[in-house]
Amino acid sequence: MITHSSSRGLARLFVVAALLLPLGCSRASKTAITLAGSTSVEPFAERLAELYTRAHPDAEISVQGGGSSAGIRACQSRICAIGMSSRELTPEEKGLVEIPIAHDAIALIVNARNPVRVMTLEQARDVFAGRIRNWKELGGPNQRITPITREEGSGTRASFEEKVMVAGMPKDKDGKANPAAFAPDALVQDSNGSVREIVASDPAAIGYISSGLIDERVAAILLGGVAPTEATIRSGRYPVVRQFLFLTNGEATGTAKAFIEYVLSDSGQRTLTEEGLTRIK
Amino acid sequence: MREKLIEKGLLLVAFSAVAMIFLIAYLIFREGVPLVAKVGVWDFIASTRWAPSKGSFGILPMIVGSLEVTLLAVIIGATLGLSCAMFLAEFAPRWSVRILKPMIELLAGIPSVVYGFIGVVVLIPFIRRTFGGPGFSVLAAAIILGIMILPTVIAISLDALNAVPPLYKEGSLALGATRWQTLHRVVLPAARSGIIAAFILGMGRAIGETMAVIMVAGNALTMPTSLLQPVRTLTSNIALEMGYASGDHQAALFATGMVLFVIIAILNTIALVIARPRT
Amino acid sequence: MILRPLAWQRIVWFALAAMTLFTLVVLFFIIGFITSKGAHVITLKFLFGMPERMGKEGGILPTIIATIYISLLAIAIATPIGVGSAVYLCEYTRESPITRVIRFGADALAGVPSIIFGLFGFILFVIRLRMGWSLLAGGLTLAFMILPTIIRTSEEAIRAVPYNLREVSYSLGGAKSQTIVRVVLPNALPGILTGVILGMGRSVAETAVVIFTAGSSLLMPKSLFDPARTMAVHFYILAREGLSMERAYGTALLLIIAILLINVVAYLLMYRLTRKMR
Repeated sequence: MITHSSSRGLARLFVVAALLLPLGCSRASKTAITLAGSTSVEPFAERLAELYTRAHPDAEISVQGGGSSAGIRACQSRICAIGMSSRELTPEEKGLVEIPIAHDAIALIVNARNPVRVMTLEQARDVFAGRIRNWKELGGPNQRITPITREEGSGTRASFEEKVMVAGMPKDKDGKANPAAFAPDALVQDSNGSVREIVASDPAAIGYISSGLIDERVAAILLGGVAPTEATIRSGRYPVVRQFLFLTNGEATGTAKAFIEYVLSDSGQRTLTEEGLTRIK
Repeated sequence: MREKLIEKGLLLVAFSAVAMIFLIAYLIFREGVPLVAKVGVWDFIASTRWAPSKGSFGILPMIVGSLEVTLLAVIIGATLGLSCAMFLAEFAPRWSVRILKPMIELLAGIPSVVYGFIGVVVLIPFIRRTFGGPGFSVLAAAIILGIMILPTVIAISLDALNAVPPLYKEGSLALGATRWQTLHRVVLPAARSGIIAAFILGMGRAIGETMAVIMVAGNALTMPTSLLQPVRTLTSNIALEMGYASGDHQAALFATGMVLFVIIAILNTIALVIARPRT
Repeated sequence: MILRPLAWQRIVWFALAAMTLFTLVVLFFIIGFITSKGAHVITLKFLFGMPERMGKEGGILPTIIATIYISLLAIAIATPIGVGSAVYLCEYTRESPITRVIRFGADALAGVPSIIFGLFGFILFVIRLRMGWSLLAGGLTLAFMILPTIIRTSEEAIRAVPYNLREVSYSLGGAKSQTIVRVVLPNALPGILTGVILGMGRSVAETAVVIFTAGSSLLMPKSLFDPARTMAVHFYILAREGLSMERAYGTALLLIIAILLINVVAYLLMYRLTRKMR
């Protein structure tokens, strides 16, 4: 009936559970740092961290996504050593040290089976504003267009809006053009990768992503006839380019400083180029 | 003395759930209320334009989207789930139930993201090919959520049906009623509150689900007027934009959470009223 | 047209049988699909290797470790609180405004969607209490998410313990707390364990909460304050970012196996415990 052994069993269970929990509760060692922020920068930072820690086995660098804002917030409250942002800081967010690490071109992509390869900026604007709704109007097959945009607040979206959605729009008295609004029925995804996956599986879809993430299943549109290549990006001929930022709260020290130096060094920049970004230096 | 201390200690522990719910509500409301006050309650919940960077904070399409997706999901989950439970409880051979029930309970544990993923690779292309449109839609989200809540609905309503005292059934059968008449007139009414509890639980999971919905709903900002249109729910609005939001935009997402909170409270109250035994 | 009752019964039988068959086919299709695509991915190297190139290559060991740690942490925090609450509700009070408030709290907590828990955990644990994205922040948030389940199931289990067992203990001079620890809890153990296991399963499967509170770092977590990525989060990122569909299927299959194992262990434990008690 009433068994002592079963209550001892419960006790044993908890002891085992406690033992299985992390062996120490000490804060991680001093050489460990965290990077957090933009999901656009994340894959590149992961790669850099992987290579850096291979050369410096004593350093430990963990890379988090979460988005530019989460990264900025975490950096302000010193939860992470380095924040990553793919958008410019708002006036309230200024005060952090901003370190541009690379240029990133935003490429307009379509499914590889889609024959359309060239668009003017105005056509791209109309596609995303919902004014052009059929591929026929762009010289493609008679098929509806499924535009895919990014969520409000995304750095990629902000750059696209600033460079493409304002094309040919009337200017106000300050000389600033108001961007056309995105079509409300456009699909919204929250990462470059998921935009690419949808475009790769749907011949009617069109989206925009970091040009470094293009693979063989999708094709980049020549915007105004210009392809996003290193030469056109550096010369500024390709129209949609932004910077990736590292952020620190005050001057970086220790591992964070060494890692930033590595990223800006020739070999760090070369790695970024290999992964599809364009070097800043 | 010692006994008194233990009692006080346990009371304290027992209040931690209450403390937590108030803390959660407090933190969410504190971030969200100022924005709603600034925008105006009516403009926040009844306007259709969501463009936080341009100062428009209307979440009506998402409220409608959440309700529409949840309602459809519950209809799908409840119809299939209750049928399945009734069949297993009354018509299927005992041995098959003993095998199937644990397996169905196991399915309730599968992460929702796995259901979402199946939606993306199987259901979306199917909808795109069959009905046209982008595939990401109200329909896709409702089907995935409906399937996701199925195991929960089946398991709990099966328990409720089995908990009906056998005497009731035997009485009805002895009076010459068929098994279906017995099930329909005697067992179902007796198990009513348990079955409704199953639906409520399913509804709660459906309206609260986030990641699976983001994967299949398409997240567009339109008022969903057709089942084949993409839709954004309240939960996906929060999860999609939280990462990059700041200032008012971030506050608006907390306010979205607030509205979600209130809607869930209302739905639960309605469900409880319906579930109350008829007098 | 009025059908005879037996004809009705036949029609209903067929309708229900068809729906049941359809439901089972759909549910088992999901398992079959994941298994057929993921089985060949699971190798020793996949299980025990470190991820490379963001998980495109290599194994998933850190995510397995993180999943184990975070779910154990969640139940280690939630179980004492949940069982304590249930003991108070069942053994120390009659129905009163106080119990009603406590029950309301538990029910309301059960209705909170996981994304709200995620926001809450991020603001409170990660930012305010400066834990950063960490196993600890994730485990704490998950603990409050599964707390209502544990309270509910423990309450039912404790109420199901026959009253005369308590009387025997009292008549032997046992104090209330002794009676609870020696008599009530051991007898309620199978039911309590069910709740704990359910909670553990939910923690393993949860994505939204974990991304917001424990982060998504792929490093091996070494302490409670390290960020970590659980298997469910890893699966979400692999699938969503299109990093590697193969590995996504493999991770999904492992998740299903993990849930299966948790359930089997629960059944075995319960079987042993209930048999012992007879």
